[in-house]
Amino acid sequence: MSSEIEYKDPVVDWETRAYWEACARHELTVQRCGACGKVQHRPRAICASCLSGEVETLVASGRGTVHTFTIVRQNQVPPFASACPYVLAYVDLEEGPRLLTNIVDCEPDSVAVGMPVQVEFVDTGEFAVPRFRPA
Amino acid sequence: MTISGTFAIAGAYEHPTRWAPDKTEMQIIGESARGALQDAGLGIEDVDGLFSTSMAGGGMGIVNVAEYLDLKPSYMDGTNIGGSSFVAHVSHAGAAIAGGLCEVALIVYGSTSASDARAIGTGMGMGRDPHTAFTSPYGQTVVSSYAMSARRHMHEYGTRPEQLAEIAVAMRHHASLNPHAKMRKPIGVEDVLGSRLIADPLHLLDCCIISDGGGALVVTSLERARDLQRPPVRVLGSGEAVWHQEIGSPKLLEIAARESGERALGMAGLHHGDIDLCTIYDSFTITVLLTLENLGFCKPGEGGDFVSGGRIALGGALPVNPDGGGLSSNHPGMRGIFLVIEAVQQLRGECGERQVEGARTAVVHGTGGILSAAHSGATLVLAAE
Ligand SMILES: [Zn+2]
Repeated sequence: MSSEIEYKDPVVDWETRAYWEACARHELTVQRCGACGKVQHRPRAICASCLSGEVETLVASGRGTVHTFTIVRQNQVPPFASACPYVLAYVDLEEGPRLLTNIVDCEPDSVAVGMPVQVEFVDTGEFAVPRFRPA
Repeated sequence: MTISGTFAIAGAYEHPTRWAPDKTEMQIIGESARGALQDAGLGIEDVDGLFSTSMAGGGMGIVNVAEYLDLKPSYMDGTNIGGSSFVAHVSHAGAAIAGGLCEVALIVYGSTSASDARAIGTGMGMGRDPHTAFTSPYGQTVVSSYAMSARRHMHEYGTRPEQLAEIAVAMRHHASLNPHAKMRKPIGVEDVLGSRLIADPLHLLDCCIISDGGGALVVTSLERARDLQRPPVRVLGSGEAVWHQEIGSPKLLEIAARESGERALGMAGLHHGDIDLCTIYDSFTITVLLTLENLGFCKPGEGGDFVSGGRIALGGALPVNPDGGGLSSNHPGMRGIFLVIEAVQQLRGECGERQVEGARTAVVHGTGGILSAAHSGATLVLAAE
């Protein structure tokens, strides 16, 4: 039986700190542009659609669906090598953006495209890393 | 103004090595430059444009290449858009030549990826910076990223693993006819499906090999190329594009080739039916399938049928990678230059057992980066004169 992936505190900067601080509160956030309304992820200081600086943070529902996934059976990097096989996936959030993440709390073979999933957080010390489980 | 047809590839050389623990990357670059210049009938003193990049060379790599070759070019371009870079370098060279910034461009690459034991496909690390913080915790690898494209394709269109396997089988057949190829023992669909899963649904034999190697191209004006010793291979069309998946939720199965291919064929004024062969970046079997669809050789979702029944093998309607590609011939980190070299050699009719009979036109497409995330595409349309 493999072990779980051990997450480390993410490295943050001025553009991403608020996102990871929200994760520490177990809130998943995306950004919405105050000028054009576009929702974006990953966080940045400007709206990537209209370059407005009026981007606001919005707490997401944490619900989404699996857009696609794979079961990783080989990864030579130490923190992941012992966690194989694990599920890597793109999840489409209800709010629109697509996140790369892990799907946990289920047999890897039971994951399917379109499966509804719900965010959960793993505390890493100062921050936390979001991942998803079946809803 | 268009650069279409104004310039040509006058020299091409693929370094025969696949395993070079006794060579440095610079040595492979030097030997490849010598080979391409000899092919063109030119000397290093004729080169006034230098184009190169690498995985190991760093941001100023091209300056180090110039130093190693004792070159002081009037024009240099170290563009790095991933494995497609050298495909893009060809059109950049054409633009520079048309603009009078240089006359003879040397495009060169060398790598000791295999003997350095770089785990390119399954060794993506824990990036420790703010940008990769959004992906690095999750154990993403290059193979798994492409596997997610393959999974999505299977979900949307019912594409089957044995259809992807057909691509690997065709490439291996081609490699069996190429004396320099690294993996030459023929395989069948069942061998691919029976090889271990690296990241579902991609098996070991759906993945490119890792080799050492290098190569070089000499690009000059069509006029000058006509005075040289080899038949010029004209560049009729070129296109570049970059694609990324982050903002909003774009279609995962639309890739940069869709735009770069349309630009290149549009510039050339050619249609898909005019093309005799393709050389396509084949990091993974799914890369070939998605590239054929996005270049427009078949409709989205029809790639699985398109690659079946020997259509992309030698003797088929559209032979792809007659050298055996990255899946079986060579893949030293960045493979773009070999796509161009093989197309040039095919259009000059010098490929022996793996020659596409009567080949006059070729589409070359390089992918750089990761298809399911940020990636580049560069396309060329080449023609014999
Ligand atoms: Zn905006």
